[in-house]
Amino acid sequence: MFRWGKRLRRLLFALSMLVCWFPLTSNAADKFPGLGRPATVAEVAAWDIDVRPDFKGLPAGSGSVAKGQEIWDARCANCHGTFGESNEIFTPIVGGTTKQDIERGRVASLTDPKQPQRTTMMKVATLSSLFDYIYRAMPWNEPRSLTVNETYAVLAHLLNMAEVVPDDFVLSDKTMASVQARMPNRFGMTKSHGLANMRGKPDVHGTACMKDCAEFVQIGSRLPDYARNAHNNLAEQNRGWGPFRGVNTTVAPLAALSASRSVAQGQPSSVVVSDDSVSPAPTGKILYAKHHCAACHGLTNKLVGPSFREVAKRYKGKPEVNAVLEQKIKLGGAGAWGNIPMPPHATIEASDIASLVSWILEGKF
Amino acid sequence: MIHNTPRISAAPENFVPADLISAVTAHGIDDSRRIFLRSSFAAALLGGAVLSGRAKAAEGEAAILEKQPWQTALGKPVAATPYGVPSTFEANLQRRESPGLTRVSAASVAFTPLQGLFGIITPSGLHFERHHQGWVDIDPAQHRLMINGLVKQPKIFTMDDLLRLPSVSRIHFIECGANTGLEWGNVAVPTVQYTHGMLSCCEFTGVPLSILLDECGADLKKGKYVLAEGGDGSGMTRTIPMENALDDVFVAWAMNGEMLRPENGYPLRLVVPGVQGVSWVKWLRRIEVGDMPYASKDEAVHYIDLMPDGLHRQYTSIQECKSVITTPSGGQQLHATGFYNVSGMAWSGRGKIKRVDVSFDGGNQWRTARLESPILNKAVTRFNIDWVWDGSPAILQSRAIDSTGYVQPPIRTLRAVRGSRSIYHNNAIQSWQVGTNGEVSNVQVG
Ligand code: HEC
Ligand code: HEC
Repeated sequence: MFRWGKRLRRLLFALSMLVCWFPLTSNAADKFPGLGRPATVAEVAAWDIDVRPDFKGLPAGSGSVAKGQEIWDARCANCHGTFGESNEIFTPIVGGTTKQDIERGRVASLTDPKQPQRTTMMKVATLSSLFDYIYRAMPWNEPRSLTVNETYAVLAHLLNMAEVVPDDFVLSDKTMASVQARMPNRFGMTKSHGLANMRGKPDVHGTACMKDCAEFVQIGSRLPDYARNAHNNLAEQNRGWGPFRGVNTTVAPLAALSASRSVAQGQPSSVVVSDDSVSPAPTGKILYAKHHCAACHGLTNKLVGPSFREVAKRYKGKPEVNAVLEQKIKLGGAGAWGNIPMPPHATIEASDIASLVSWILEGKF
Repeated sequence: MIHNTPRISAAPENFVPADLISAVTAHGIDDSRRIFLRSSFAAALLGGAVLSGRAKAAEGEAAILEKQPWQTALGKPVAATPYGVPSTFEANLQRRESPGLTRVSAASVAFTPLQGLFGIITPSGLHFERHHQGWVDIDPAQHRLMINGLVKQPKIFTMDDLLRLPSVSRIHFIECGANTGLEWGNVAVPTVQYTHGMLSCCEFTGVPLSILLDECGADLKKGKYVLAEGGDGSGMTRTIPMENALDDVFVAWAMNGEMLRPENGYPLRLVVPGVQGVSWVKWLRRIEVGDMPYASKDEAVHYIDLMPDGLHRQYTSIQECKSVITTPSGGQQLHATGFYNVSGMAWSGRGKIKRVDVSFDGGNQWRTARLESPILNKAVTRFNIDWVWDGSPAILQSRAIDSTGYVQPPIRTLRAVRGSRSIYHNNAIQSWQVGTNGEVSNVQVG
């Protein structure tokens, strides 16, 4: 009796401990005591922002085309172009759709091999995808900085540029469904294919023929000569010793097998050691990557903004310019190189901006 | 003790004149040339000037006869590089971007140099990179995994929690759905790094997703899908069928024996064997159980396959059986005729590799290659085959067959069904042409 009572008490104690440590897990399996804890309602709300095609998850709110245009011009146009047409940073968002597409729900230009680019609006079938994405990830360099209402507004403006909604439209959780019914490519997706899951049936089959399988072998495509060095010198991208070295694409192909070229043992290795790999990149270059200046500035090529080589050239021998440029990067602005403004970089530390400017002006890229 | 007269054999191009080689490759060897060949070999052996300058040919090679600096000095101490790095002689093999492919490097891809790799494991530092909004290095102490949606109890797991759970370690390939995507219409890039380098294969360690779903009481009746979400700025989201989620998907923190690299999702990423890389959500912070697919941006605007009728196939995920010869491959230069071990990689998202055949004549005759162990489910399998190159033009191809019996198709067969603007899921047979000058180039046959 006494012994049983003690055991029972111990068991009850253990149970009560479990209960008070894990008050909410009684329904779920708890094979791993002590691991994981219940999520609070506020925590789930903070992270669970996805919006599905049936609009489950869509937050209440609204925004007008007019308001959206302000946001677009200030926070999106520098990368995507005033009309969402820019191909500088990413493929165009708007273009390639027609009024007939909106009626039909299929975008005709998708079957036109001459259509130069497949824009976002040509492809997307579900409006939810755009809301979800812009709210979670745009602007690209400042994700999660838009409010719900700003997201509705900027999406309204984007739809207006694509002529899906009129100039005076207000997009909201109430009007999303009506716009979905006008999406130009809303019937443009198919799920009937074998690549969605493991059970799916393949649609293309090869044959395991072993002998006399091709009557004649014809080369249908090869790289044009002008592209020979387009990926830079391939000799520098292959192991510098051994049987499979890279082709030196900076010179014409060998006329014949390179009998006269010495690749035997005992010769100095022809390995090309790129500087990047052995010495750490200069701080400037690290900051350039870290602060995403690369989104708009190439070192030697023009993107949205001027190339840093051009900047270095323009201000060569003008020491007083450092402070001006530091200020410009901090506050943003246009006019020195064209009409496109550079956005402000308010959150970058002054010391980083100063290092960036000295590095740019040094001009050693 | 060796008493025979030593025969010194350097690579043949060292002592056979170039014009003879081209004459031989053009016309074959006739008797006069044979005699000349023999005499030029003899000249080399008898101390001709063609061997390395400092060695007297009769005595041997400088590499052997002379003392080398690494043999005659004290080497570097232990831990000179506390985290080891490859030899400086390997510096050419790096992840690289394809010039002009993307416009900005934080929404771009860096390809794995498959042309320089051996076996099946991709070294962590060469694992391909694909980011949509740059990469981040997340403090693991601050990282959380939330599981919510159709579950009895939404839960939060810390990294400490996860590392205490029963883990598995498995080797799987990861391939971007757009791998080889540049080549749907025509040859576009020169080397296997750019044609196939969005492929890596590593050992991953983590906890099966099924365990976590079970811990939260996932509703498996209604919950036919899970959404995986990343914790970086892009907040990457992808839908995964519950069927996969319960089968072999796991939440991984380690790769090749160490923690994940930040570029690959440190401290947590999803491993979805057989499925395209975009679903292996990096910096994983949330799993939601739901009853329909989510049509996230990368399921509704990208990673959709355009068919000739203008419809896009949505939720294409499986990476079908594929193979490629990595040596010799495009952009390489053979410097001599003779024996080569031709080597490559084969993989299938639906199972194991059963067989790989190789053709040297553009697909007319085929021989079966040797498969090297291990041969694992949804992992890269290494294959090798002997080849004696006689100097004549050749077109090398490999064709893999997986455990379901599926045979890797030629590009024209793929195009006949899917057109040439699909971008995604190009698993065509790859052709490398070897010219009489030894240059290997990317070509498409037929
Ligand atoms: C600093 C440059 C930049 C800014 C500013 C920016 N974006 Fe983007 N945007 C991008 C890049 C780069 C991508 C592609 C990201 C990827 O690869 O996943 C993108 C993608 C998108 C897409 C998806 C397009 C597609 O086809 O996948 C939409 C929609 C979009 N942006 C809207 C916006 C809106 C709205 C704003 C303003 C609130 C904005 N962007 C600001 C660079 C920018
Ligand atoms: C969203 C695009 C964008 C980003 C991101 C961006 N810039 Fe700019 N930048 C521009 C544009 C556009 C200009 C040209 C402005 C003008 O014409 O005055 C510019 C101009 C400049 C100039 C020359 C200014 C002058 O007055 O001559 C410097 C220096 C510069 N940027 C540095 C940076 C640095 C450093 C970063 C990263 C911290 C950065 N930029 C990020 C778009 C950008």
